[in-house]
Amino acid sequence: MQMKLFVNGKEVEVPTSAMEKRIVEFLREDLDLTGAKNACDVGACGACTILVNDEPSRICIKLVKDFGGQRILTIEGMAAPDGTLHPLQQAFLDCGAIQCGYCTPGMVLTAHAFLLKTPHPTRAQIRHAIVKNLCRCTGYQQIIDAVEKAAPHYHREERRLQAASTSEKPAHEDTEETTG
Amino acid sequence: MSQPETKCWRNDAYAKVTGKAKFTDDLKFANVLHAAPAYSDCVHARIVSIDTSAAEKVSGVVRVLTAKDVPGENRFGQIIRDYRIFADDKIRYHGDVVAIVVAETRAIAIHAAQLVKVNAEPLPAVLDPEAAMLPDAPLVHEHHGSNIVNTHVVRRGNVDDGFKQADFVIEEKFQTQTIEHAYMETEAAVCVPRSTDGVLEVYGSMQHPFSTRRFVAACLGVALSEIEVIGTPMGGGFGGKDDTAAIVCARAALAAKLLGRPVKMVYRRDWSMRESYKRHPYRVHYKMGLTKAGRITAVQCRIVADGGAYCSVTPWVTWRSTVQCCGPYVVENVHCDTFGVYTNNVVAGAMRGFGSPQMNFVIEQMVEIAARRVGISGIEFRRRNLVRQGSITITGQKLDGHKVAMAQALDTVLREIDYEKKLARCSHGQSKLRSSRREEAQTETAQAQSLLTSAAAIQDDELYGIGVAMSYRGVSLGAEGVDFCAAIINAQADGSIFLETGIHENGQGSESAMSLICAEELGVDLKRIRYRRSSTSNIPDSGTTVASRGTIMGGGAVTLAARELKMKIAEAFCAKLGCPMDEVRFKDNFICGRSDTERIAFDDAMRQMWQMQNFPFALGTFKAPRVSWEEHTGQGDAYFTWVYGCQAVELTVNKNSGKVRLLNAVAAHDVGRAVNPEMVRGQIYGGMAMSAGYALHEEVKAPGGMMTTLNLNTYRIPRSLDLPEMKVIIIENPDPLSPTGAKAIGEPANEILAPAIANAIFNATGQRHCSLPIRLGALPEPVACEEGCK
Repeated sequence: MQMKLFVNGKEVEVPTSAMEKRIVEFLREDLDLTGAKNACDVGACGACTILVNDEPSRICIKLVKDFGGQRILTIEGMAAPDGTLHPLQQAFLDCGAIQCGYCTPGMVLTAHAFLLKTPHPTRAQIRHAIVKNLCRCTGYQQIIDAVEKAAPHYHREERRLQAASTSEKPAHEDTEETTG
Repeated sequence: MSQPETKCWRNDAYAKVTGKAKFTDDLKFANVLHAAPAYSDCVHARIVSIDTSAAEKVSGVVRVLTAKDVPGENRFGQIIRDYRIFADDKIRYHGDVVAIVVAETRAIAIHAAQLVKVNAEPLPAVLDPEAAMLPDAPLVHEHHGSNIVNTHVVRRGNVDDGFKQADFVIEEKFQTQTIEHAYMETEAAVCVPRSTDGVLEVYGSMQHPFSTRRFVAACLGVALSEIEVIGTPMGGGFGGKDDTAAIVCARAALAAKLLGRPVKMVYRRDWSMRESYKRHPYRVHYKMGLTKAGRITAVQCRIVADGGAYCSVTPWVTWRSTVQCCGPYVVENVHCDTFGVYTNNVVAGAMRGFGSPQMNFVIEQMVEIAARRVGISGIEFRRRNLVRQGSITITGQKLDGHKVAMAQALDTVLREIDYEKKLARCSHGQSKLRSSRREEAQTETAQAQSLLTSAAAIQDDELYGIGVAMSYRGVSLGAEGVDFCAAIINAQADGSIFLETGIHENGQGSESAMSLICAEELGVDLKRIRYRRSSTSNIPDSGTTVASRGTIMGGGAVTLAARELKMKIAEAFCAKLGCPMDEVRFKDNFICGRSDTERIAFDDAMRQMWQMQNFPFALGTFKAPRVSWEEHTGQGDAYFTWVYGCQAVELTVNKNSGKVRLLNAVAAHDVGRAVNPEMVRGQIYGGMAMSAGYALHEEVKAPGGMMTTLNLNTYRIPRSLDLPEMKVIIIENPDPLSPTGAKAIGEPANEILAPAIANAIFNATGQRHCSLPIRLGALPEPVACEEGCK
């Protein structure tokens, strides 16, 4: 049976010939999702980070076959279909957190995964959360500003989800799927 | 928390935050081939032959190219043409490329490149720059006749007299390490032969599209007009994407030209680390004469910069070190000898700071050592010697064409960080106090903690220190090169506007700064302006986007273009507006006469100009004001203007492990005028971070000349947890010589945190570290001042 991935809310069938590829190459070359960057090949810099079931994953050292049935979010899935930025992305713009932009996709996704779990973070917690994502331009200061600025959106989402579950409505999809 | 005061605007931010921005490796072309470089295992060797047969036999390999395939020039360089596109006669360092393999896939190219064999006779390698200067040293470039690439001097006053006047003479030796730019995107190129007109399109990650075009054209032996270098988003440069990046483009271009297919060459991190040029390691011997009154009477220094295997821009880097060899201090008697030297080490070239980070590491520690010798505070010593309005620099330049803001920057930082109070609470110098009056000492420590702006409290096993450093810096290229820049403003018949400049978007936000300047000068909304992706076939050669010259030179050109365009528009409409040309004003998307009621909407005006057969088009050229330099005396007006900056840092040192923890950092920089304030802050934060890495972590290692630091897991750039919360204060003193008033920030931000850290470590531990990176082991209890360098 052919392996499937769920990429940015869409089902993707993986050709058998692609199973042994590195997943960063599969996403970039076969799916044309070039937001994930391949900057070190050894899992050291975080520029290739995507989310797998809401957990950050460094995909330059992983193979496609290891991701069967997994739910993948890439940077291309963060904004709404009409192009409206996710509040976290907007915060990166507002805070001047983007310079060369090469680390940005991985940084945004790492921060997104963190805020989903920790919607009331301290700056120290944010600093810890992004430690594996290298940035040479910004000194991280404005990135931390941006993550902090976006946090209220995640509290609201958290409250909304809690309200939804207590009223026993069908569970809402989580943020990236509603926006992606 | 530090909420941004101004909303930041960037024309490329949306594309970058959504992953839509297409960097070189993201570009796709049909029928593309891939290229990979082949290296030798040698450090210094004479090439006998290169055997490419095994690589050529691999299925999928299309061609293997070596020096003999280059139809034009194989050697290039901005100063000395010694850098090879492919090593031809000798291997001169571990990163020399002997061949590239071009194949149907990247994997095949990489595999086959390992099969290229170099038959070479080993030569003795010269790896120590001082040894390389000796007469019997093996020569890296025989025809150069010596391993000394260049010398510079400063001869001012009479140092012998200066030292005679001195009450004290202090002397130290300093050493700095080789560091890597570590841009997140490695070197990359895609070259595409255009079928319609035969022009070769070059997309690549580089800071200097025009020199890339020059080298590609020379390599292929074709006219400049046959090569079009197209601006492509770039994942960081920091000075590192000049020479090597152009060579990578030339290699891919050669393959594309010979094979008639697009060729992509994206560097793997280990190739990039092995081959790309680095920041020069320096050795500096520094001697300073002082009076009891705390004045510097003389400076004598000898600077040796290891330039590695090729010249690159070593003469220019070392020139800046020479001009700025006394930092922002007035010294009447100076004798400086600077040497750029060839060795078989990795090539050294431009890196953010360009010869100043090394010298500031020296100078800003020397002034602290001097102050202690004289018996005054480092701050007071600085105040007694620093440059002020009208001061004469060590090269004889009078600082009077702009606001000399050295004292302003220093005062701003000291006030913000509460320096004096915190200095008194540093661990060093308190040991006696501690042993005799332990309880009071503990109270002192508690006070020190309460003063910290950072939440991080000082632990029992940590020593606390605060340190400061400051600099002035000549803006743009100075007397080292031709310095002018072009901008084109092309308004359309509906009032929308194309803007293009000869400055390259390196990630710093230059396109946004240029657009903001244009909108402001024309009095129109930013949204009208579309920054046109630059092409070397459209905009005149404006030089390289380095030397913190983007905003001052590009912005200057945009302002001049906008002023010319306004003249054209004013001339066309002054009669209608009923006022003389020079009274026409441009504001809020209107062209106005004497009163705001007499006005024409900008869109209408542009439509009417089209109908009048009058193009609202302007080319602006900004030429750097005159500079001068006499090489044999080292005297002259080296730079047309200067910037001033100061940074301070608080840290702790763990007594058991020597681990340094940065707690807080503050910077103040006079930037002339902040065009895009949040981006200015970004430059400063990033510069401080990079300088912290320089001080504490970063070092490229190459035992025996063989590079062993090959990736970001072994080369440690600062991570989020390595850095403190940072505070930036922008000082604005608009510069009369800059059409926009703006000056520079990219490099000033990156040249002083390392000495501030070294000074803070001294104030924590009593240990003076004169070698980079600073390595601390377990520490003895701080003792009374011991100035000797570790």
